[in-house]
Amino acid sequence: MLLDLEDVSKSYPTGEGVLQVLRGVSLSLDAGESLALTGESGSGKSTLLHLAGGLDRPDSGAIRFEGKDIAGLGDVELAAFRRVSVGLVFQQFNLIPSLDVAANLAFQARLGDRYDAAWSEWLTERLGLSKLLDRYPEQLSGGQQQRVAIGRALAGRPQLILADEPTGNLDEATGDAILELMLALMRETGAALLMVTHSNRLASRLGRRLHLAAGKLG
Amino acid sequence: MLTQGFAVLLSHWWRHKLQFAMLLLGLALATALWSAVQAINGEARASYARAAAVVGQDRLEQLTTADGTHIPQESYIALRKAGWLVSPVLEGEKRFGGERLRILGVDPITLPADAAQVDVGAADIGLARFITAPGVFIMSGETAARLKGVDTPPIRISDALPPGTVLTDIGIAQQVLDAPGQLSRLLLAPRQPTEARPLAEVAPGLVRRAPAVESDLSRLTDSFHLNLTAFGLLAFAVGLFIVHSAIGLAFEQRRPVIRTLRALGLPLRTLVLLMVVELLVLSTVAGLIGVALGYGVASLLLPDVAASLRGLYGAEVPGTLSIRPSVWGLGLAIAVAGTLVSAASRLWRIATMPLLAPARPRAWSLASERALRLQAVGGILLLVAAWLVVQFGSGLVAGFSALGAMLLGAALLLPLVLSLLLKLGERLSKGVIAQWFWADTRQQLPGLSLALMALLLALAANAGVGTMVQSFRLTFVGWLDQRLPSELYVSTRSNDESQKVHDWLASRSDAVLPIWNTEVRMFGQPVQVFGIADHATYRDYWPMLEAMPDAWDRIARGEGALANEQLARRQKLALGDMIPLEGGHKLPLVGIFSDYGNPKGQVIIGVRLLETLYPDASRLRYAVRIAHDKAPKLAEELRATFDLPEENVVNQTTIKDFSLKIFERTFAVTAALNVLTLGVAAIAIFASLLTLSGMRLSQLAPAWAMGLTLKRLALLEILRSVALASFTMLAAVPVGLGLAWMLLAVINVEAFGWRLPMHVFPMDWLRLFLLAVASAIIAALLPALWLTRRQPADLVKVFANER
Repeated sequence: MLLDLEDVSKSYPTGEGVLQVLRGVSLSLDAGESLALTGESGSGKSTLLHLAGGLDRPDSGAIRFEGKDIAGLGDVELAAFRRVSVGLVFQQFNLIPSLDVAANLAFQARLGDRYDAAWSEWLTERLGLSKLLDRYPEQLSGGQQQRVAIGRALAGRPQLILADEPTGNLDEATGDAILELMLALMRETGAALLMVTHSNRLASRLGRRLHLAAGKLG
Repeated sequence: MLTQGFAVLLSHWWRHKLQFAMLLLGLALATALWSAVQAINGEARASYARAAAVVGQDRLEQLTTADGTHIPQESYIALRKAGWLVSPVLEGEKRFGGERLRILGVDPITLPADAAQVDVGAADIGLARFITAPGVFIMSGETAARLKGVDTPPIRISDALPPGTVLTDIGIAQQVLDAPGQLSRLLLAPRQPTEARPLAEVAPGLVRRAPAVESDLSRLTDSFHLNLTAFGLLAFAVGLFIVHSAIGLAFEQRRPVIRTLRALGLPLRTLVLLMVVELLVLSTVAGLIGVALGYGVASLLLPDVAASLRGLYGAEVPGTLSIRPSVWGLGLAIAVAGTLVSAASRLWRIATMPLLAPARPRAWSLASERALRLQAVGGILLLVAAWLVVQFGSGLVAGFSALGAMLLGAALLLPLVLSLLLKLGERLSKGVIAQWFWADTRQQLPGLSLALMALLLALAANAGVGTMVQSFRLTFVGWLDQRLPSELYVSTRSNDESQKVHDWLASRSDAVLPIWNTEVRMFGQPVQVFGIADHATYRDYWPMLEAMPDAWDRIARGEGALANEQLARRQKLALGDMIPLEGGHKLPLVGIFSDYGNPKGQVIIGVRLLETLYPDASRLRYAVRIAHDKAPKLAEELRATFDLPEENVVNQTTIKDFSLKIFERTFAVTAALNVLTLGVAAIAIFASLLTLSGMRLSQLAPAWAMGLTLKRLALLEILRSVALASFTMLAAVPVGLGLAWMLLAVINVEAFGWRLPMHVFPMDWLRLFLLAVASAIIAALLPALWLTRRQPADLVKVFANER
């Protein structure tokens, strides 16, 4: 098993008290598997994704990656985990605006010392970004930016890709094309995918789906 | 509608308290330094005005000799007998203890009512006591305090007199100043009898002079005050960068609100008006805080300024400040004007913004390269303008204009220079983090450029003024060695004692060199005339700037004169030009010497000629040449033999130390203003980093998500600040050198009348560099610390869809 969440809970303090976002959630994901996480706004989908990616820590429960509990790791170990094992794709793209496309694509792979020029070139070609390498994020369309974000996530060949509404900012046709591309690349690299989405249509295209409501899996 | 709109605008500050604090702080600090300088200048000018007003000089016509020499008492008597309503005044300087005082002798009986500031008939003085020995010394409380324990005639206090001035009876003054039968000028009563005989007939040597509206002191010190004002303006400009930056950010952040307000029906004109009112309120509050702070700064700086003015010009300024409405008015006006100028472009943008313009804040980071280039072109044009003014302009105002254009030009050019340097860093770096670091730093540049421009100005001012002061110091120390080669300097108390001391020393030393002098009016200004003996001491050491080959021989023969640099520059004198002396006697100029720190013109002639032309010249001082190791014993014997006070026999080292002390105090104000300006610039960086830190989160979060720890990111943030400060310092060195050159070669020559050679002091730059780096670290520390304390929840919000 690649990823295993067991009885995970998470809450946040708010102005009106403590907001319980996740209540004893358990799920697992195998290598190469794709899983869609659906639910209403505020159901805790993104929080669950962040916990799985080591961006945040749960209040209770265990999060195991290849059998190792990452919930108890320190900042430095968690950062190393993110560098090497996880690729992230967000709705807002979150590219680094000061770097051009080439540098953005290579950023995480080089950060984790996993940069492979030949693989990177293949990936760039596959994503149709070869002619855009010297452009900056602000000079790209939304679809182009998301392709860069996917390339960045895959450049270091991570075992797990976490995608938070990756097509949420795109029109339907572009979104479909992007998702298709992402799934094809997953199959080619053997990475597992955990994707958060509002859309049942998109969720149905993934291998498995789970629904989250009021912090619990339905 | 107005109230609602205004409340919405103000709510921005409620939610951005730090930004609000920085805006107020920036404006208050800028106003504070400006107001401090104004308060100091105001105090000094009021003091000069009081000095000019003493015995009605600023209101009454006077009779003087054409060449400024003394008037014989007989002329006064003749005039009185001829029906002229004149009153005699004798003015001179005399040292009491360690204090040099300006003695003003008047005749209370004939003194016109317009000139009588002090009622000598008042009970605590009494006319009889005033005019009979030992007389009465009337002076300000501050002067009296300085004379505690010193032997003087009885003292009475009157605060109508400026510090350092003593009013006494003319007879007492003649005794004290050792000038029997001599008068400096005669005051003319406003109404003269019509039947009085013509002046030319009664006293042919005398001429009428109009009331002296502006005193010599006021004229002499103009340049000093202009220097201070320039510094105040510079500090204000540096402070305005903070204001501009804070207002700019606030306006950008409020674009969506402004669009919404307009969409909801608030007319654009009303909105702009409300924003102007908001700025007026803010600037008035900050201005009031600033002026109050300014008074605090001024009261701290005033003692040093007073010491500078006394050391440089012999001008007395009180050590305490009075509250002046003009300082408050001007302080508030400049705070309001500065704010409106800083906000003008933003207001214009709001006023011309279409209702449906994108509401997303156009963060500074999106400022285009084109704008950077346009700004750089403006900078280059200003630098060219500065060069043209230096080449073709003249006068102090032209000098300061060139200086201002150069500084502003360099500041405008800075962002482009930094951008190029950072691009180079990006190209040269290999590692992914280094590459991102340089690229990201370059992206922060537009947001930080105003603060960095402020830092450039402060660093350049520090480097430039530091270079000027150190060059001056080096030259001054060398010059002191040349100017003070004798081992001992002796001051006697009377002509009789002077002769005895001379005779006593003649057989006990290698040489006794008279330092005899008098003060006259020459070329319409006060000039000191010194007589010197023909001796190798002068031939070997005197600090000549240019001289005829046989200059010393001609002086020895009484056929030539030397002039100091400032007199030569002021009068545009060249070697060979004629110097007018007493009784129509003229001598060719045979040499020009450097005379730093002396505001007055000085002429040197042979001592025998001085005795002939100026029989009343003071003959009280001598320089003594003797083997260095024998000097202390001789000084001791001399004091014992003639019962001379300690300070009347001083060795070379003491005088040099004293001169250097005056020098150091003179530039203490400059140093203080330098540090304060640098402090304001550091606050500008701090303010920018602090306000940007909120916007930084969305830029740093992706890097954090991809595996950089917060500690590492925080360290990089500090390094970024250090890198920018270091590059700014690199840019500040040439600007500082340019500034130093302009100060030494243009401003000083215009202001003081002397030109100094420029030296460079790399160790000072290194110190300044370390100071800049320290400021940058301190400024970045707090935002960096905040970053390390961020919770993951704050950072993941950046990626959250609901955001």
